[in-house]
Amino acid sequence: MITLGHYLIVSGLLFTIGFAGVMLRRNIIIILMALELMLNAANLSLVAFSRFRVDPMGAPNYNAQVFIFFVITVAAAEVAVGLAIVVALFRLRQTTHVEDISSLKF
Amino acid sequence: MSPFLFWIFALLMLVFGAAVIINRNPVASALSLVVSFLGLAALFMSLDAYFIGIIQVLVYAGAIMVLFLFIIMLLDLRAEELRRINWVASVGGFAVAFVFAIQIFSVVGRFPASKQTFPALPRSTTDDVHRIGMLLFTDYNLPFQVIGVVILVATVGVIILSRRETR
Repeated sequence: MITLGHYLIVSGLLFTIGFAGVMLRRNIIIILMALELMLNAANLSLVAFSRFRVDPMGAPNYNAQVFIFFVITVAAAEVAVGLAIVVALFRLRQTTHVEDISSLKF
Repeated sequence: MSPFLFWIFALLMLVFGAAVIINRNPVASALSLVVSFLGLAALFMSLDAYFIGIIQVLVYAGAIMVLFLFIIMLLDLRAEELRRINWVASVGGFAVAFVFAIQIFSVVGRFPASKQTFPALPRSTTDDVHRIGMLLFTDYNLPFQVIGVVILVATVGVIILSRRETR
């Protein structure tokens, strides 16, 4: 049978993949994608707990799903702003490689 | 949901999630991310969260991925593939991620509820859009309006950031 632990382990592995992506990759766009993976891993464990905690009426805990709605909205706004910063940076420096962008002000 | 389908979709999600960070070509990474998110949406539906699964496909696989692909196309990033790999940083990052995975396994292993299966639902949950909507407009009305302001600020910020300076 599939237990709560299975979903939590899968969610943790997805978070680890995203974390490794942020640590290993040097391309800002890939780093943003890895951030999305980490946000979604958190969403998966939230949904698993929502389904696990069934109230006396027989419904899952919908507070977690409302929370995921907010997380997805903030993630969309974050990606839009992040990619706009990448475009502005690319216009100035012609690179998206984090090792080429080491000064705070230029 | 049958355990077979769970393993299929979990494996799909994890393999393509790993492909996102392994691929040297940004376009291949973005397309792997789409497949990974589709597997994740299937896992959401296996947990009877149909609304969340559907907005996962619409927002991530639909909107955010198109944005990523559009920016990759706009910046023309093919030259990035030729970069050499910094092996010391790679090994360090991999070691930190490995230690993190070990920690997650030990925490979940000691969590008593993680051995329990999911309780059965006495009735169908296909009315979850109604339930989530009710919560959004009653208990979470203020956060809902704040999130609207966040979207507005992000829109204005993106326009200011991507505007060319005219002197």
